[in-house]
Amino acid sequence: MRRLLVTGLLALALPAAAAAAGDQQLGYRLFGQYCVACHGVAGSGIAPARVIGTGPQRVPRQQLGLAPSLQGVGALAADFYLRTGYMPLQHVGLQPRRKPVIFDEPQLEGLIAYVASLGRGPKVPKPHPERGSLSEGMQLFTDHCAGCHQVVGEGGYVTGALPPPLKDATSTQIAEAIRIGPYVMPRFSTKALSPSQVNSIVRYVRYAKSPDDRGGWAIGHVGPIPEGLVAWFLGMTALVACCIAIGRRFRRG
Amino acid sequence: MIRKLVRFLDRRTGTAPLLRKTLRYLFPDHWSFLLGEVALYSFVILVATGIYLTLFYENSTATVVYHGPYVPLQGQEMTQAYRSVLDISTTVKAGLLIRQTHHWAADIFIAAIVLHLIRIFFTGAYRKPRELTYWIGLTILLVSLLEGYLGYSLADDLLSGMGLAIGYGVAVSIPFFGANLAALIWDGPFPGKHDFFSRMYVAHVFLIPALIGALLVLHLALVALRHHTQFRETRRQTERKVVGIPTFPGQTPRSLGLFFAVAGVLFLLGGLVQINPIWLWGPYHTYISTNGAQPDWYLGWLIGALRLVPGFDLTIGHYTLVANPFWGGAALPSLVFIFLYLWPWLERRFGGDSAYHNLLDRPRDAPMRTAIGMTTLTWVFLPFVAGSSDRIYVTFGLPYIPQIWAFRVLAVVAPPLAGLIAFWVCRELQAGERVERRRKRAEEEAELA
Repeated sequence: MRRLLVTGLLALALPAAAAAAGDQQLGYRLFGQYCVACHGVAGSGIAPARVIGTGPQRVPRQQLGLAPSLQGVGALAADFYLRTGYMPLQHVGLQPRRKPVIFDEPQLEGLIAYVASLGRGPKVPKPHPERGSLSEGMQLFTDHCAGCHQVVGEGGYVTGALPPPLKDATSTQIAEAIRIGPYVMPRFSTKALSPSQVNSIVRYVRYAKSPDDRGGWAIGHVGPIPEGLVAWFLGMTALVACCIAIGRRFRRG
Repeated sequence: MIRKLVRFLDRRTGTAPLLRKTLRYLFPDHWSFLLGEVALYSFVILVATGIYLTLFYENSTATVVYHGPYVPLQGQEMTQAYRSVLDISTTVKAGLLIRQTHHWAADIFIAAIVLHLIRIFFTGAYRKPRELTYWIGLTILLVSLLEGYLGYSLADDLLSGMGLAIGYGVAVSIPFFGANLAALIWDGPFPGKHDFFSRMYVAHVFLIPALIGALLVLHLALVALRHHTQFRETRRQTERKVVGIPTFPGQTPRSLGLFFAVAGVLFLLGGLVQINPIWLWGPYHTYISTNGAQPDWYLGWLIGALRLVPGFDLTIGHYTLVANPFWGGAALPSLVFIFLYLWPWLERRFGGDSAYHNLLDRPRDAPMRTAIGMTTLTWVFLPFVAGSSDRIYVTFGLPYIPQIWAFRVLAVVAPPLAGLIAFWVCRELQAGERVERRRKRAEEEAELA
């Protein structure tokens, strides 16, 4: 009876495990359709492998080749680039931007499984923001991220790139981006930011999506530019209207 | 009742003639004369809310660890100054309302002064015998810019610190004495020592407000002594005859109404629209920064100019003569203010008109002045917009570098073009009026015949 139960459970669990791993065959076909032109056969990469990675030379030289090797990037990178819509890219050299995802869920899982099978690489991380500390998260975010992503995660401009606003980033994507360092973003290893610190950062970024908005209408959390617009277009306009209502308009006599 | 009050005061002070004169002073009733009053009432609100804030603000750079109610900052190191502003925004009764109203009032105060200045400039109200009034007004604007900057800096949040870093960079860039000047003000290299914060504080809450107050009194006294200008709208209004409404019962209720309107708008903004949410910015440390830090709107033209000036330093050998931030941060505002100060004299000297003027021009009546004014305004406005170029990129997707180049080209091409267009429009309007007058005359003659 016990044996029967174990076998039954295994029978139930096996297809589930296969589904989570994704259909590699489907992934292989989609890779051939969407990715192989730049990333090469079996994700070998068309750029020389040594220019991939962090470092001062990375940004200018990365553009020389078509696309980096995907061997060893693991499910983590595939999951991030595909689920944000960063990939496939319209043409090489563009900063990947958040777009609607063109694949459905089985296709995504297939592609991720296929890319993960190309080499030994990191799994999709599972951040636990509820275990992080908001205060530590804010401190870490200000130290490491705010210089580009703005202190409330509203994004901004840095030379040559547009650090995106973080309003649409999911917990997993935040954790992934920290490890990958997409485009010109630096990559943070587990030594630089431990998983528990990542939990805190994720918690802060999630908080920053709708922070404590005491004080009324939050006009974008970016400070003086919207404030100036309100001062002129609401405040000053209202007061000039008052002046015109109280004072007199022109008459010719 | 007014009569009783005047009699009461007169029997004790003998000031009835003065009071009568005050009550019978004639105010021009065109709406554009009220812009200065908006600035005045904003200043009143600024002082009132400012006094409330000083009751809670702690001017100290000593470090403390935060244990207050705002969770994301708990356990963080910060200065007492920042913590006190945080407390004002979180726990002090009505603290946030008053702080926000104070900040909005500062934005509106300077906006009203700028509009007032534009009206004064384009109507020629600064001409003899009112140059003194004009120069004092300009000085109020100048010190108000500094006053606003100091207020923004005293909160010691992330934006304050970054703003001060830029200010320090500009101060150091001034040729020959810049470095010494900066060391003098900051009491050493950036971020300065405790004395620097004391200096900012005493300047912000006492010296500059007292100066602005004194200048305001002078400004208003001079306006009253030389009397307001007026538009030539009816045949009765001449250089020698004043048409308007008396202080009482005409102007007083209007002014009171406007005061309540200003107070109402400012407190509504303060209560309903978030401004400078310092709890979101966090405390400043020299090693951190945030993307997209900006000054308040009235210094936006300087941040824009810093961006637009191409990156170069004037050097002789290893000696830097003029560092880059000088052009955008110090040269531009100096030039604009020197031009504004000199303008009445320039116009007299080159326009050849040194007569007394109590009647205002409409902008079209003085095409040259209007053209030069539009040129200057465009020249200041373009860097002002360029100061937001990064947010324009993020919001509207216009790439940054092409934007900067477009602004650079525009900053050279657009001001003279704006001047030319203004000149042409004025001439066309004048011509249109001449045609109209001729037509009227012809019609009258036709009717007579």
